[in-house]
Amino acid sequence: MASTRRQFLTSAAALSFVTIASQTYAQTISGALPWHPFAGDPPQPSLAGWYFFKPEEARVIEAIVDRLIPADDLSVGGRDAGCAAFIDRQLAGSFGNSSRLYTQGPYAKGTPTQGYQGEATPAMRYRAGLAAIDAYLRKNKNDRGFAQLNAQEQDDFLKTLEAGKVDLGAIDGKTLFDLFLQNTMEGFFADPVYGGNRDMVSWKMIGFPGARYDYRDHITKHNQRYPLGPVSITGAPDWSHKG
Amino acid sequence: MARKLPPKDVVIVGLGWTGAILAHELTETGLDVVAIERGPWRDTATDFNIGYMQDELRYAVRRDLFLQPAQEAMTMRNTTSQTALPMRDYGSFLPGTGVGGAGVHWNGHTWRFWQSDFETKSHLTQRYGEGRIADLQVQDWGVTYDEMESAYDRFEYLCGISGKAGNLNGNIQEGGNPFESARKREYPLPPMQMPYAPTLFAEGAKSVGYHPFPTPSANLSKSYVNPLGIAMGQCTMCGFCERFGCANYSKSSAQTTILPLLMRKSNFEARCNSEVLQVNLDGAGKMAKGVTYIDSSGVEWEQPAEMVLLCAYGLHNARLMMLSKIGKIYDPQTGEGTVGRNYCYQTNAGIQLFFEDKNFNPFIASGACGQTVDDFNGDAFDHGSLDFVGGAGINCIPTNGRPIGFRPTPPGTPRWGSAWKKATKDNYLSTLGFSSQGSSYAARGNYLDLDPTYKDRFGRPLLRMTFDFPDNDIRMSHWVSDRMVEIAKALKPKQYVEARRNKSWNSVPYQSTHNTGGAIMGADPKTSAVNKYLQSWDVPNVFVIGASAFPQNAGKNPTGTVGALAFHAADAIRNQYLRNPGAALVQA
Ligand SMILES: Cc1cc2nc3c(=O)[nH]c(=O)nc-3n(C[C@H](O)[C@H](O)[C@H](O)COP(=O)(O)OP(=O)(O)OC[C@H]3O[C@@H](n4cnc5c(N)ncnc54)[C@H](O)[C@@H]3O)c2cc1C
Ligand code: SF4
Repeated sequence: MASTRRQFLTSAAALSFVTIASQTYAQTISGALPWHPFAGDPPQPSLAGWYFFKPEEARVIEAIVDRLIPADDLSVGGRDAGCAAFIDRQLAGSFGNSSRLYTQGPYAKGTPTQGYQGEATPAMRYRAGLAAIDAYLRKNKNDRGFAQLNAQEQDDFLKTLEAGKVDLGAIDGKTLFDLFLQNTMEGFFADPVYGGNRDMVSWKMIGFPGARYDYRDHITKHNQRYPLGPVSITGAPDWSHKG
Repeated sequence: MARKLPPKDVVIVGLGWTGAILAHELTETGLDVVAIERGPWRDTATDFNIGYMQDELRYAVRRDLFLQPAQEAMTMRNTTSQTALPMRDYGSFLPGTGVGGAGVHWNGHTWRFWQSDFETKSHLTQRYGEGRIADLQVQDWGVTYDEMESAYDRFEYLCGISGKAGNLNGNIQEGGNPFESARKREYPLPPMQMPYAPTLFAEGAKSVGYHPFPTPSANLSKSYVNPLGIAMGQCTMCGFCERFGCANYSKSSAQTTILPLLMRKSNFEARCNSEVLQVNLDGAGKMAKGVTYIDSSGVEWEQPAEMVLLCAYGLHNARLMMLSKIGKIYDPQTGEGTVGRNYCYQTNAGIQLFFEDKNFNPFIASGACGQTVDDFNGDAFDHGSLDFVGGAGINCIPTNGRPIGFRPTPPGTPRWGSAWKKATKDNYLSTLGFSSQGSSYAARGNYLDLDPTYKDRFGRPLLRMTFDFPDNDIRMSHWVSDRMVEIAKALKPKQYVEARRNKSWNSVPYQSTHNTGGAIMGADPKTSAVNKYLQSWDVPNVFVIGASAFPQNAGKNPTGTVGALAFHAADAIRNQYLRNPGAALVQA
């Protein structure tokens, strides 16, 4: 049988590649458990600035997330929590362009049980949706966009959008609202490494300890509040202070 | 044209749970084995990294470790009168990819099916008469529980399952599941320590006369060295379990129980980032010659082998058989054909209890730590006066408090704004949930075949799923939901909210990755695709291993039985097939 080949693989290296014309193809592993130092793929902390939104879009999204999650005695608002920045980064990446989804046609309207069958990616839905909202409001609200409305008007508009009662032409307002809401909540509750949930504000609010990973000493302390505050993947604020 | 590689004794398609077990068992006999896996190599230190594994957005919401629909999607519809459309994102179930398969990111509930589950048709017919199952297409498995007992035992000891026996050699054990079929010895490890929610649930269930016991778990209650000599650590109840790899070496998977030994064997090779396109048959279509696969740079390779084992996950096993023309595709009109037949799922429902004065610390959790009531599962209870067959386990297994996904609020709460925020904070720590996991019985119109329209990235037809919950299963689920309400009331919550199971099956919200059938086992080649050893009736040097073999699904998670079937098939290959390679182990 193929024993010579086998021996070659075992003795040559733990890890080898089937190589033809100096290109790397299928990874073949035999004879040992492969492992490389620093081969992990940690998340990249998000930097300042806007990656997807144009400045005027960013102002509207900041205003929207600040109504969905308003500042009150429980927490800062969605804007200060970084939800708009979070959404921006998501739309600039694989979520925004649907690159991991099945996007081949033909596209057809399905039953509710068949899930989203639209051709537009989230990035396209935000871009077109924000433009349609702006056009609608300028026509119906004295040429003001969402960011120019007062808080009460903003809430009223979001409620009608949520109820599917705003006519945005070809765009379904209700599903657009659902997308805004989904991403805003993701930003508020995700690890701060993605730009939202600044200072772990939502975790502190509800009592989620975040990335701690070991609760063995508290499993049977039934009905007792967990004593420690949250940590994120990037640590906790007090970790960065020396002494 | 595919480039031809040197031949192997055995080619295994997929290096997940079943592929790893078969690879280990067959390399022990000295055979030269290659496993071809379409996803990447994955190991704990690198890919389930303790520095950043606890990332809900990346792993649970964006699902970094799962099969991406861009790579392979499936189409679905509820009835044959509809046009199937692609699930553009997976939702209801989430297939795995990469070394370890879905076993990397499973919960770890590890069950045995019961004697009556293996003989579903004959047992139900005998007890309730033929008329009771007339609308269903339930079948016997062709194996008995007794034939499977030692295989279950081996899978449990491989994994280090933490649990309490309820029936040891016929003697009912205090604290275990009194309804289970007899096991020969205890679980390898004692049950996990119970957090508050399942403890309270068990008190409530007992107070109304039911028999709660600790759910058998592949999250380890203690450190453990398995029979292969591989060491695992104690579960820390980290709360990032299902959908995540375990950074603590505490969750049983190919990585933590088999690969450290398997990978060192010189007669084993793993080939990753390589997707098998088809099994190649000889001119007569009677024997497999090997497989063709395509690597990540688009180059096609032909891997000749004496034997092909499909270990690609049940649904993919069925599709690969169809694409390779192994057996005949099932036709729901005529009832003929076996590949794709008896696709089943799981019939689940839930209930949430809101309390004023309790703190459950929902984040102190693991994928499988909890309590189960099996009084209404399978045929543990008399269905004589009822209008259904089958049943459900009732499980209180709070798996996490990850806040993107877990934010219970009572009905009527707005979805945003200050009132939403207050309700979210008020209920986060003080809500308890439990659920029923019900059997899914085969029906003539539920099946798998190839989609006529939609193609994968190589232009090959996608798998098409036609499925809705049979009326029998809906009636069963509602009846068990009534039992859950009894338990809920005993716990005296401020409010309870039911999520009952109704038609139609919806592909969007997650339900379970317990897809069964499509290449079912049995005694008759007219109604089964593989024999009792999971050997194809049509191409005897192909074995098809996975939940694809289940003739119907019980009210239990499948992998205990999938793992046991893997050992069962391995034994048949080692002890019978290799003596006379190419011969059918059961005469049709
Ligand atoms: C979130 C989640 C939770 C779960 N929880 C539980 C639980 O608590 N209890 C339980 O019993 N079960 C549970 N399961 C199910 C369990 O993971 C599966 O039953 C089990 O992994 C099946 O083993 P398998 O070997 O059949 O498939 P897998 O372990 O998925 O392995 C199949 C492998 O084949 C590969 N493959 C597929 N097609 C090809 C191809 N064409 N070419 C090459 N390779 C291919 C895949 O990439 C994969 O690696 C859960 C699953 C998920 C996703
Ligand atoms: S809950 Fe336990 S078994 Fe699951 S990932 Fe965390 S430590 Fe591992």
